[in-house]
Amino acid sequence: MVCYCFIKESNQIAMKNIPHKEYDVIIIGGGATGAGTARDCAMRGLKTILIERLDFTAGATGRNHGLLHSGARYAHADPESAAECIEENMILRKIARHCVEETDGLFITLPEDTLDYQNAFVEDCRKCGIRAEVLDPKEAIRMEPAVNPDLIGVVKVPDGSVDPFRLTTANILAARLNGADIVTYHEIIGFEREGDRIVGVRIKSKHTGEESAVYGKVTINAAGIWGHHVAQLAGVKVSMYPAKGALLIFGHRINNMVINRCRKPADADILVPGDTICVVGTTSTRIPFSEIDKMDVTPSEVDLLLREGIKLSPALAYSRVLRAYAGVRPLVASDHDPSGRSISRGIVCLDHASRDGLEGFITITGGKLMTYRRMAEVATDLACKKLGVGKPCETAEIPLPGSEPNAKDEERKAHIIELSTEMKATEGRHGSWSGKIRASDESEEALICECEQVSVAEAEYAINKLHVDNLINLRRRTRLGMGTCQGELCACRGAGLLERHDKCTQRRLDDLASFINERWHGMYPVCWGETLCEVQFTSWLYQGVMGLDGNYDKKNEAL
Amino acid sequence: MNPVNAMNLQQQNISHNNFESCIKCTICTVYCPVTAVNPDYPGPKQAGPDGERYRLKRPYFYDEALKYCLNCKRCEVACPNNVKIGDIIQSARIKYAKGKPSLRDSLLSNTDFMGKMATTMAPVVNFSLGMKPVKLIMDKVLKIDRHRTFPHYASQRFETWFRKEAAGEQGNFKKHVSYFHGCYVNYNFPELGKDLVKVLNALGYGVRLLDEERCCGVAKIANRCVNEATRDAEINIRAIRKAVERGEDVLATSSTCCFTIRDEYPHVLNLDNKDIRSHVLLATRFIFSLLDEGKAKIAFRKDYKKRIAYHVPCHMEKLGWTICSASLMKMIPGVEFINLISHCCGIAGTYGFKKEYYDYSQEIGAPLFEDILKSGCDFVACDCETCKWQIEMSTGIDVLNPISILAEAIDVEETRRLNGVAQ
Repeated sequence: MVCYCFIKESNQIAMKNIPHKEYDVIIIGGGATGAGTARDCAMRGLKTILIERLDFTAGATGRNHGLLHSGARYAHADPESAAECIEENMILRKIARHCVEETDGLFITLPEDTLDYQNAFVEDCRKCGIRAEVLDPKEAIRMEPAVNPDLIGVVKVPDGSVDPFRLTTANILAARLNGADIVTYHEIIGFEREGDRIVGVRIKSKHTGEESAVYGKVTINAAGIWGHHVAQLAGVKVSMYPAKGALLIFGHRINNMVINRCRKPADADILVPGDTICVVGTTSTRIPFSEIDKMDVTPSEVDLLLREGIKLSPALAYSRVLRAYAGVRPLVASDHDPSGRSISRGIVCLDHASRDGLEGFITITGGKLMTYRRMAEVATDLACKKLGVGKPCETAEIPLPGSEPNAKDEERKAHIIELSTEMKATEGRHGSWSGKIRASDESEEALICECEQVSVAEAEYAINKLHVDNLINLRRRTRLGMGTCQGELCACRGAGLLERHDKCTQRRLDDLASFINERWHGMYPVCWGETLCEVQFTSWLYQGVMGLDGNYDKKNEAL
Repeated sequence: MNPVNAMNLQQQNISHNNFESCIKCTICTVYCPVTAVNPDYPGPKQAGPDGERYRLKRPYFYDEALKYCLNCKRCEVACPNNVKIGDIIQSARIKYAKGKPSLRDSLLSNTDFMGKMATTMAPVVNFSLGMKPVKLIMDKVLKIDRHRTFPHYASQRFETWFRKEAAGEQGNFKKHVSYFHGCYVNYNFPELGKDLVKVLNALGYGVRLLDEERCCGVAKIANRCVNEATRDAEINIRAIRKAVERGEDVLATSSTCCFTIRDEYPHVLNLDNKDIRSHVLLATRFIFSLLDEGKAKIAFRKDYKKRIAYHVPCHMEKLGWTICSASLMKMIPGVEFINLISHCCGIAGTYGFKKEYYDYSQEIGAPLFEDILKSGCDFVACDCETCKWQIEMSTGIDVLNPISILAEAIDVEETRRLNGVAQ
C-alpha cells in the first residue's frame, strides 16, 4: 500500500523539481557522467534538466573501487585511455580536492610475476606522461607496511582514491548552482518525437506511477549500462554488454597507498584505501541484461578476491570483511571478447544524427569514473554545437562546490583548538561546504551513525539540500550505514529522522526494512566471523526487539 | 572450479584486529562512569573501536577528548566480545595526544621519586601538604585540586622496616611467597604490608621482597610517561621472573598494581609477561585459594564484631577476583557483610587530583558515597588505595584493605597451630 501522504508529497517534489516543461538539454542518468554533463551544460548557460531513474550513483558510479587512476594500468594496452586518465587525475586533484585523497600507488611485482613486465611497464607509463618511479622493495615496505613483503619489484605511480558519492553530489550541486533542475526517481518510458527528431522524454514517477512529459532540444543519454535500453526506446541500437565486477570491502584501512599487481590486468589485483575502509577488486564476468539491476556476489568470486587479494597484502587474510558488492562496466561492444578486458575503456560519444539519422539525441558512454569530466565535456561540446552555443568548457578550471579555496576555513581552524573526530569527518565529507552544517543545539550534535560519525545536523542538511528521500539516499550522501555495523545502530535513527520530515510512519518502516535487507544482501556473501555476529545481532534488534519483518511493501523499496 | 570455501582463506575466521570484534552493542558506553557525567567524552565505543578506524585512516582524526578516560576498564568488563576497549583508548592517547605531559603530571606519576623524597622528611612534608596556603598554591600553580588531601608519608619505609624487623625470621618457613608492596605501602602506609606479613606467617608462608621493585607504572601510563613506565616495568618483570624461578608466587595488596603488571604490561606497554603473569596474584586471591583448596586453615577471634561495606575497585572488577576478597571477609564469624553496588569511586589514581577533572571525579563517585553513608557500616573494605583516599575524603568513613581486616580478625596463635607453624 502506498499511502496518500506519500503520493501527495512525491507529486509536490516532482512539481518543484520540474518547474518548466521545456529545456535546452535533457540529461538521462544521475551517475558521475550525467551529473558532470549537467554541470557542464548549466555552466555553459544551457537550460538543463537531469532525470535519474533511481538515485544518484545508483549504478556503476557507486559500485567500483573508488580508484583515482594514474592510468598506469592501461599504459601498455591502451595508451590513449592512460593519457586521458593521468590528465583527468591531475584535474580532479585541483577541482575536487574534498573528494580525492592523494595517496599515491604502488605496482608490485611478486616472485610469481616477471620483472620484464615491470621494465616495459615503466617505459609505457613514461610514454603516456605518467610519473613512474622504480623503488627499492625495502623502501616500499617502509612507505606502505601492509604491502606483501615478498615483492621483488615495485613502481610508484600517482594513483589515489576518489569518493564517487561525494564527487557526484558535488557535480549535482554545481549544476544546481548554475540553474539546472534535477529530478530523481523518474524513469524514462519513451520519447517525444517530431519526425526524425527527439524533442522530449516521457517520464514516470517510480513512487506514484504518474506519467508526464518533459521537452528538450537535445537529449543526452548518460545512463551507463542502462543506456542500452534508453537507446532502444529511442529506436537506435547501441550495443553494450554488461561485465560484472565484484569487490570486497574490509572493515578498516589496511593500506594507506593504493596497491596494484604489476602484471597484465587480471582479477583482484587492486587494493584501494577508501574513506575509513579499503576495497579489493575486481573480477570480470559477462552477465545477461536481466541481471544488471540485482547482482549477487557468488562464493567463487569471494574466494577469488580473497585468494588474490592476500597476495597484495597478507593482512587481508585476518581482517574483517564488511561486505561484498558488484558493479556493471558499461562497455561498448566493439568486438566479441568474452572477458571484456581487451576492450578499450575509451570514451564513446555517439551523435545519433550522423550515425542513425535521429536528430536531438546523443549517447555518451564507455569511459570510466576517472574520465567522467571529459566525457561530460565531449557530450556538452556536441550539444552546444547542435544548439549553436559557443561558450567554452570551464569544468577543468573551476573547483566543485566543497573544493573551493576558502579563506574562512583557515580562520575557523585557527580559532577552534580541538575538533572532535565527528567534526573532522564531516569536514572531510563536505569540504568547504561543511560550514553550512550547523548544529543549533545539543540534540543536533548527537550522532546518528557512530561508525562513520554522522551527526543529526549533517543528516538534516543532507535531507534538506541533497535530494534525500530514503535511507539509501542518506547513506550515499553521508556514509550513514557504511561503517562497521552496516546500519545496525543508525538505520532506525535515520528512519526516525526522515519520519520527522514526511510524517509517514508506514513508509519509513518499509524503508527501514528495505534498507536493512539491502545491507544484508552485501553481508551475506562474506558472512562469517565478526560479520556473522554483527548480522545476528542486527537481526535480533530489528526482528526481535523492533518486530520488523521481511514482508515490507516492495513498492517503497529503496534503491 | 574446485569446491569453494572462502572462509578457509581467512584461517582464523576472526580478525586479528581486536577492535574489529566490536559488534557495536554499546553496552560499554552504558557502563562507562565518565559518559554518564561528561557529555564531552565520546564514550568508550566511539573513543575506542569506532575512533580507531579513523585514526588508522589518519592520526589527524584523534580526538583530544580521550583524555577524559579514567582507564577504569569497566568497558572491558562489560564487553561481551572481549574487545580491549580501554587498552585501545590508552594506546591511542599515548600514540596520538598532542603535547608532552605537564610538570604536574610528571610529579603525580613519579611516585617512587616523590615517595623517596617525602619519606626522608615525612613530618615536614605531611605538615606542609596539609596547610591551606600550600594547597592553594598547588591548586593555582600546579592545578592540583585544593580539595584533595595527599596521603601522609610514613617516616619509615616498609622496605626498611621489613629488612630490620621481619626479614630474619622469614627463613624459618618452608614455603615462601614474594611481596610486591607497591608505592603506597612503601612510602605511605607500611601497616598494610606488616598486616600481610602477619597473616601469611600465621598461614605458614614466609614473605620475601623482590630483589628490586619499582612503581608498577599505572600512574605513568595514565599520564603518558611511557618510556619511564616501560623502564620500570622491565625492572619489575625481571625481578618477578627471578622470584617465579625460585618457585614463589608474587602477591600484591593493591588491585591496581596487580592488574597493571598482569594486563597493562602486555596490552599497553607491549612487554612480554607470559611466563610470570599467572604467578602475579592479589594477596586475597592467593589466601582464598589456599583455604578453599584445604592447603591452609584459618581461625578468627571470637570478639571481632563489625559491619563492613565492601566496595569493589574497578581494577578488581577487571581482575575478576571480587569473590576472593568478599569470601574471606564473609568467613569471619563476627562480620556483617554488605556488598555495595559496583560503582566507580571516580578518583582513578591521579585523575581525581587534577583540578580540571575534580568535579567529574566527585560526580562519578556520588552514588557510591550515598550508598556508603546509607549502609550504616563501621567501615568500608576496599582493595585499592586511591579508592580509599577518595571514599575517606568524600564520606568521612574509614576504609580498610581486606588484608588489614583479616590481620585484625585473625587468631594468630590458633591459626599457627592449625597450620603446624612453630610458635
